[in-house]
Amino acid sequence: MNPRQILGQIGLWLSVLVIVSPAILFFLWMASLSLKFEIDNASYPPVFFPEHIAWKNYADVFASNRFLTYFANSLIVTGCATGLAMLVGVPAGYGIARMAAHKSAIVILIARITPGLSYLIPLFLLFQWLGLLGTLVPQIIIHLVVTVPIVIWIMIGYFETTPLELEEAALIDGATRWQVFRHVALPIAKPGLAVAFILAVIFSWNNFVFGIVLAGRETRTLPVAVYNMISFDQLSWGPLAAAALIVTAPVLLLTVMAQRQIVAGLTAGAVKGG
Amino acid sequence: MSVVTQTEPVAADKTAPAREWRPPSYWPFVIPALVVVLAVIIFPWVFTIWMSLQEWKVGSPTVFVGLANYLRLPTDPRFVEAVGHTLSYTALSVVLPLVFGTLAAVVFHQKFAARGFLRGIFIMPMMATPVAIALVWTMMFHPQLGVLNYLLSLVGLPPQLWVFNPTTVIPSLVLVETWQWTPLVMLIVLGGLAAIPTEPYESAQIDGANFWQVFRFITLPLIMPFLFIAGMIRMIDAVKSFDIIFAITQGGPGSASETINVYLYSVAFVYYDLGYGSAIAVVFFLLIVALAALLLYLRKRLLWTSALGSDA
Repeated sequence: MNPRQILGQIGLWLSVLVIVSPAILFFLWMASLSLKFEIDNASYPPVFFPEHIAWKNYADVFASNRFLTYFANSLIVTGCATGLAMLVGVPAGYGIARMAAHKSAIVILIARITPGLSYLIPLFLLFQWLGLLGTLVPQIIIHLVVTVPIVIWIMIGYFETTPLELEEAALIDGATRWQVFRHVALPIAKPGLAVAFILAVIFSWNNFVFGIVLAGRETRTLPVAVYNMISFDQLSWGPLAAAALIVTAPVLLLTVMAQRQIVAGLTAGAVKGG
Repeated sequence: MSVVTQTEPVAADKTAPAREWRPPSYWPFVIPALVVVLAVIIFPWVFTIWMSLQEWKVGSPTVFVGLANYLRLPTDPRFVEAVGHTLSYTALSVVLPLVFGTLAAVVFHQKFAARGFLRGIFIMPMMATPVAIALVWTMMFHPQLGVLNYLLSLVGLPPQLWVFNPTTVIPSLVLVETWQWTPLVMLIVLGGLAAIPTEPYESAQIDGANFWQVFRFITLPLIMPFLFIAGMIRMIDAVKSFDIIFAITQGGPGSASETINVYLYSVAFVYYDLGYGSAIAVVFFLLIVALAALLLYLRKRLLWTSALGSDA
């Protein structure tokens, strides 16, 4: 390497450092807050590496009476909303791609543009009328607003790129449309399924606005539970930051592990829920 | 959702009538999703429009009032103010991520070790749970104990009140929004950079163009369609931004950061004025569509090439 190339390398790494540092520093600071006792969190200038690590903050969060309930709620809502969305969305994406019904994408576009709150007013009344408030069902249903368009959108894009020849050959051999879908198209589309699944899980897990309206004391999901903690013990930063980190940790892990799929999905559809 | 699963076989039988050259046998694939979309997306829309024509408060009988809810909007100072906040918040939250995201994309377009992993780190802010990060930003904004004022003091700047001051609250929230959504712009622009052919760069190198000239006269024009898409998506998301604003300030101090979405929440679910809230929701949606149309019009005016497939 000549000096010019070395200089270029140094410049490149400096720019990389500058670009990723806001993300890295933020999450390190979040971890630092969550591992400090109040005395360190309330000191000025701030302490970055505490002398005594407060694992107790995490223990406190898990010990607080309803945290595990909220965790289970989040799992149920995200699991059901994502599962149902895959169940209806994957075949729909296939059908739309094969029928070349591109106009139907307008509905998804409208869903993408509409603010989440505008779904809440009518659906809130509907759930009230059906007597479903107080259960997890309203949240599962309304999370479909987020997950179904993501899955359909990504699967349309995916099935449009999978080769038709195999499917036509199978049809000529006497397979039904359903068999072709199940045994030819679906196996090829596995990477697309992964992308749709991961993004649906993340945006459902992160959703906050539906929960603040529809969740009762027993049916809160984690983002709502964390939000409610802010108002109650505003001063103990350690446990709050620990709770925040626990809520978002699954998503962060998924992001780093599946960054390839996430990047593929986001650049294909640039969808986001809520 | 038992309704959905039950309708599937019934609906499949109904789709027998055939079209000409392409048998409509793909319909059964679409029908379950169609039922869901009708129930959770189309129905709420129609119902919202109908509700917006009613005086509809929780606990009192509903009365048809025609366009009265809409006529109330321009005379509602809080709504008018919220429109202003929304527009300034949106403008900043589109421009800043576009600038930083483009710069980041140029860097991530280079080859370096652990690029995939670092890209994963870089996109963490936009994937993280918004409420969780809002909570930490709230702590960082704290005027006495927050780390941001400490960082300012390191470079000799006076401490700020951040989200606790009506004049700095929107820029502070935009800081969070920019931090959060710059990665999305980066990813879209990165996709654009990957699609650029190498020939223009080779000839520029022969002609002795410097880095800035190459960026300004080759890269920028070629990624314009992607910047446009990124700007459009960013606009839609910034207008609708709710989680961050609500979790950090609830629209405060006073109503200094109350955007349309936050005001809509208050009207519908704090005052339970559902008719008026529905009218706000409809106007809000129309505003987003109008802004999108404005961007499309601007693109036409500027004659940006869509040769690179901007119709995504």
